Amino acid sequence: MTLEQIEQFIKEAIPDATVEIEDLKGDGDHYSATVISKSFSGKTRVEQHKMVYDAFNGKMGSDLHALKLKTLSE
Amino acid sequence: MKNNDHVSQNIENEINSNEVMLFMKGTPVFPQCGFSARVVDILTKIGVKFGSVNVLESDEMREGIKKYSNWPTIPQLYVKKDFIGGCDIVTEMFESGELLELLNTNGIDVNPS
Repeated sequence: MTLEQIEQFIKEAIPDATVEIEDLKGDGDHYSATVISKSFSGKTRVEQHKMVYDAFNGKMGSDLHALKLKTLSE
Repeated sequence: MKNNDHVSQNIENEINSNEVMLFMKGTPVFPQCGFSARVVDILTKIGVKFGSVNVLESDEMREGIKKYSNWPTIPQLYVKKDFIGGCDIVTEMFESGELLELLNTNGIDVNPS
């Protein structure tokens, strides 16, 4: 999965998100992403991360092996 | 997508019988994934006793645990039957001291090495 695809998936699911992505290994499989969105506020980290993982509708853990996540509400 | 009964039962048994329970790839002595290894390392540094299951030994468990928690990746850490998170969240909680606090408030013994 490419960096651009990751950003697109996240933005489609969380429209107001600002997304910073880093390719950790250059193998198209290990990325880290910082996602900032107001929609995270009041949610636990697990809920926030699930919102991001759900953006990949089932591809997370299969097409995308590792996405190191940092979520912030502002 | 619901697990079939005996997979859910196995998961429940593990979670009920271990205050701190880690579903991981490999074993604490031989972790077979960097993320699983890091969580083992954190739990070892904190010095908390924990149960573990090697999901690589059973595809049913490997997929079943993801459905059970509705979390797409392994490792998965549970404390007193609550899903705490995967490697990122456990690391973040460890670095902020939140993980130790969670264990203390749940009356779980730790002896940091």
